[in-house]
Amino acid sequence: MRSPLSSFTLHRARSLSDALHVLHDSPGTIPLAGCTDVYVSLEFGTPPGTRYLDLWPLSPLKRIALHGDVLSIGALATYSSVIRSRLVRARLPMLVAAAREVGGVQIQNRGTIGGNIANASPAGDTLPVLAAADAVLVLRSVDGERRVPFTGFYTGYRTSVRRPDELVVAVEIAPIEGAQWFRKVGTRAAQAISKVVMAAVRSPAPAAPRIALGSVAATVVRLPRTESALAAGASLDDAARVLEGEIAPIDDLRSNAEYRRSVAANLLRSFWAATSGAAHQA
Amino acid sequence: MRFTLNGTAVDVAAQPMKRLLDVLREECALTGTKEGCGEGECGACTVLLDGAPVVSCLVPFAQVEDAAVTTIEGLGGDHPLQHAFMREVGAQCGICTPGMIMAALALGPSPTLAQVRVALAGNLCRCTGYEAIYRAIRPSAIGSSERIEAT
Repeated sequence: MRSPLSSFTLHRARSLSDALHVLHDSPGTIPLAGCTDVYVSLEFGTPPGTRYLDLWPLSPLKRIALHGDVLSIGALATYSSVIRSRLVRARLPMLVAAAREVGGVQIQNRGTIGGNIANASPAGDTLPVLAAADAVLVLRSVDGERRVPFTGFYTGYRTSVRRPDELVVAVEIAPIEGAQWFRKVGTRAAQAISKVVMAAVRSPAPAAPRIALGSVAATVVRLPRTESALAAGASLDDAARVLEGEIAPIDDLRSNAEYRRSVAANLLRSFWAATSGAAHQA
Repeated sequence: MRFTLNGTAVDVAAQPMKRLLDVLREECALTGTKEGCGEGECGACTVLLDGAPVVSCLVPFAQVEDAAVTTIEGLGGDHPLQHAFMREVGAQCGICTPGMIMAALALGPSPTLAQVRVALAGNLCRCTGYEAIYRAIRPSAIGSSERIEAT
């Protein structure tokens, strides 16, 4: 451990209200959930702060429930609980597929959906799912609650509209019509960060499909021009060309821009082929 | 801070952000849990937390308050899985072995090979090539006459 633990303080949240007051009263406090990102930073000697707030005791935030016909997933729901949830399996199978490819079982048992969202990595495995699902984030602070469309949450590389005194407390997903699809491309199925990750919904015509990609830009992205082209009846080749112009992949330690652009186009073709039956049924 | 360690209620004093891995090895003197990568990639430090495998290098000590932690020492040295690892030579250098066994423990009694692969996807071994490990966990896969009996 290359971080000076003795200089850190940890406050264990006694309630959500207690947690929100700590964030409000002590700017710079870092919320902790499953610690699968923060503790890697501590090991690297790049701690994100010195004051930490442990959210793990806040059991109500682990709940997965239906509110009317909206699926509500608490921010502290782990990947394992998402995989086990009958509600998520029935309504958002692409999230189950994404959760199964996060890390290994040990990471799935600790990592949380709220952590994936708040950590704001462009490679977060569940983020394209939430973008394709048109999810809504519930943010809480001492001032109250507000809802933010997931597609408007990120403002740039690892930045978002979340204020430092706010917590992501839940993610809400309205019913989705059409076939859901998810594919992560990485070095191996487990324990690898994605080179490209796609989630998509083949909405019944004439609605446009919903397509989201991770690891191809500074944030997770939806592809509105590609979606419109497909809805307007463009050929798959033309849609793939639109997609290649709509993303901004980079060269980094995991892959390079050219490979990512090719793979993203291939994923579009795979998605379209795999869901063609669903489109005809609709 | 109180928690249950290998079936016994304990009260251990340590910095709340200290890694569970370090508390086990230093405060509790249980050195069977190994540090591999220290960043959640290799699974060598796997222990059971309330019955579920976790990597103890990424768990703050504070988060095990009132929980049950099981380490390799909790198996007592005579567990069928430990015998199977010896019989099948599922260990060479041995560093990954405690983590492999703890991850395998969370599987049901007769896992399929696919289930074993998923359960151990987060555990790396650089010696064996995994086949002997899979045989130890799933002896029926090789038609072994020495099937592991449930304890």
